[in-house]
Amino acid sequence: MGNRKTTDGGGSKSGKPWWKRWSRDDTELFLLSLPTLLWFLTFSYLPMFGIIIAFKNYRLQPGGHGFIYNLLHSEWAGFGNFSYFFTSNSFTMLLRNTILYNIAFIIISASVAVGGALMLSSMRNKRGSKVYQTMMFLPYFMSWVVVSYFVYALLTPERGYINGIITSLGGERIMWYQEPKYWPFILIFLNTWKGMGYGMVLYLASITGIDPSLYEAAVMDGATKKQQAKHITLPAIKPVFIMMLILDCGKIFNSDFGLFYQVTGRIPASLYTTVSTFDTYIYNAIQSTAPIGQTAAASFFQAICSCGTILFANWVVSKLDNENRII
Amino acid sequence: MAKEESGQSLNQIKKSTNIVFNIVFLILAVMCVIPLLFVFSISITDEEALRVSGYQLIPAQLSGSAYKFLWNERGMILRAAFMSILVTILGTIIAIALDTSMGYVVSRRNFRLKKLYTWLIFIPMVFNGGMLASYVVVNNILGLSNTIWALILPLACSSFSVTICRTFFRTTVPDSIIESAKIDGAGQFRIWSQIVMPISKPVIATIGMFAAFGYWNDWFQASLYIQDKNLQTLQSLLNNIQKNIEYIANNPYGGLSLQQYKASMPTESVRMAIAIVIIVPIACTYPFFQKYFISGLTIGSVKE
Repeated sequence: MGNRKTTDGGGSKSGKPWWKRWSRDDTELFLLSLPTLLWFLTFSYLPMFGIIIAFKNYRLQPGGHGFIYNLLHSEWAGFGNFSYFFTSNSFTMLLRNTILYNIAFIIISASVAVGGALMLSSMRNKRGSKVYQTMMFLPYFMSWVVVSYFVYALLTPERGYINGIITSLGGERIMWYQEPKYWPFILIFLNTWKGMGYGMVLYLASITGIDPSLYEAAVMDGATKKQQAKHITLPAIKPVFIMMLILDCGKIFNSDFGLFYQVTGRIPASLYTTVSTFDTYIYNAIQSTAPIGQTAAASFFQAICSCGTILFANWVVSKLDNENRII
Repeated sequence: MAKEESGQSLNQIKKSTNIVFNIVFLILAVMCVIPLLFVFSISITDEEALRVSGYQLIPAQLSGSAYKFLWNERGMILRAAFMSILVTILGTIIAIALDTSMGYVVSRRNFRLKKLYTWLIFIPMVFNGGMLASYVVVNNILGLSNTIWALILPLACSSFSVTICRTFFRTTVPDSIIESAKIDGAGQFRIWSQIVMPISKPVIATIGMFAAFGYWNDWFQASLYIQDKNLQTLQSLLNNIQKNIEYIANNPYGGLSLQQYKASMPTESVRMAIAIVIIVPIACTYPFFQKYFISGLTIGSVKE
């Protein structure tokens, strides 16, 4: 008791065991956090144990027991479910699509957002810039189901707006939903379109936070527009840029499910190899009668890769510039 | 044009460049808004005119029949709208309660379990069990399929929004207020609900908006867990109609004759009218709430 150094403030060095240092305050805070704690345990941590499914040949056991009983009494499959997934025809296609689309999305969205924010910040008519920002923000609030209706209105072969224009100019109708070659561009366009308002306004927020005296000083010293952008504006948006980049890298094995699934019209067979990603594959497997273990293997592979890339991206950033890492 | 603050004017671009920028953004802005007009004009075009001349921005023949149809079928639409509103309101309230209570708890520096909780909240940001495992938990273990909770609970909380709340409480709620409340004998629950929450409206608005738009726009949870027609939200109604139509298009010889199927389906103008019913509440409100979506990310990115 006499050599106790700290009384509070997380003093883990104190002589008393933790349960004696536990105060009434701690009990109250614990109770206050209990609902959220249970939420996290149920909806975030319980699924992590889903990893077991990937290593089992899940079978219904006789006796009408619950899911967990059936799972625990199913036989182990080792890495069988994984090797089935890795050697299936779909695997390389899914890996290629998921990663390439994401890389294209990241590069194009980031350039559009940063470029747009730089342009918006330098516009003379501030009120006009506000109106543009608001209008460009609209797609962000539309669900992919609604966007798929927009796309349908434009692309449906017989009545769609675009084929209407093509035929009125004397061209041939294009069967959009059956021509894979257009879809990478359509998907990249839509992804950019939906996110650009948000991206621009986000970067704009950090640009408008820059102290104007920095620009004044730069102009005094004879800096050109380009030099100002390079030495003042871009460094100011770097933290947000890097944060977004790390978050995006963490999602490189994931895909915006609605974009790939809804907008293409639930992935018709003709587009299957062009627009399928891990998420659409797993979703279709859930809806079908595919063995749950194989689906779990695909799902788990995706989760592990996501975790790996986000930690890797953070590590790279911490090596280059320790201040901007997010973890 | 009058010069603005000196810093701004020094940094100003040439008038000609400004015009070019205006044109670029005008095009982009129109691109973002015009699909709404496309959908709207289909919804007010006569079905026969659609068949003859396809979709046109200016309807060849006006018709209110799609909206009349919706009005006649208002039982279905209103039920779906009621579900959407119920899920959005209930979900947002639950989300705010879960996010702010946890955010408050981890913002308390003296809390014994703070370290443990910080990890507990951080880990789901980088690792999750995947779509299948979540499905199994909700469907097989909790058995929430075909209940309203399957639409609400999985989206009710996130590490991201808890972190936003924690950062906000830590940076803007002074410790002295909490200490003096404690001296006055207030428990932590009372401090959270009667002292911290009333002075934290900005963060409540931010996470509330994220939650509300998330719930209103959600169709994914419904497509996984809801088969019961009575529990359809507007988004899932729209989704299901489109699904059935694509099913017919892909299986022209499946059972019933194509004509019979087609006759039972809502016409294109009706489908577009349902889309308008979903869009209008968002399109009318988002300009007022837009700023909260940005402040969410900027608050959340502040490190300790």
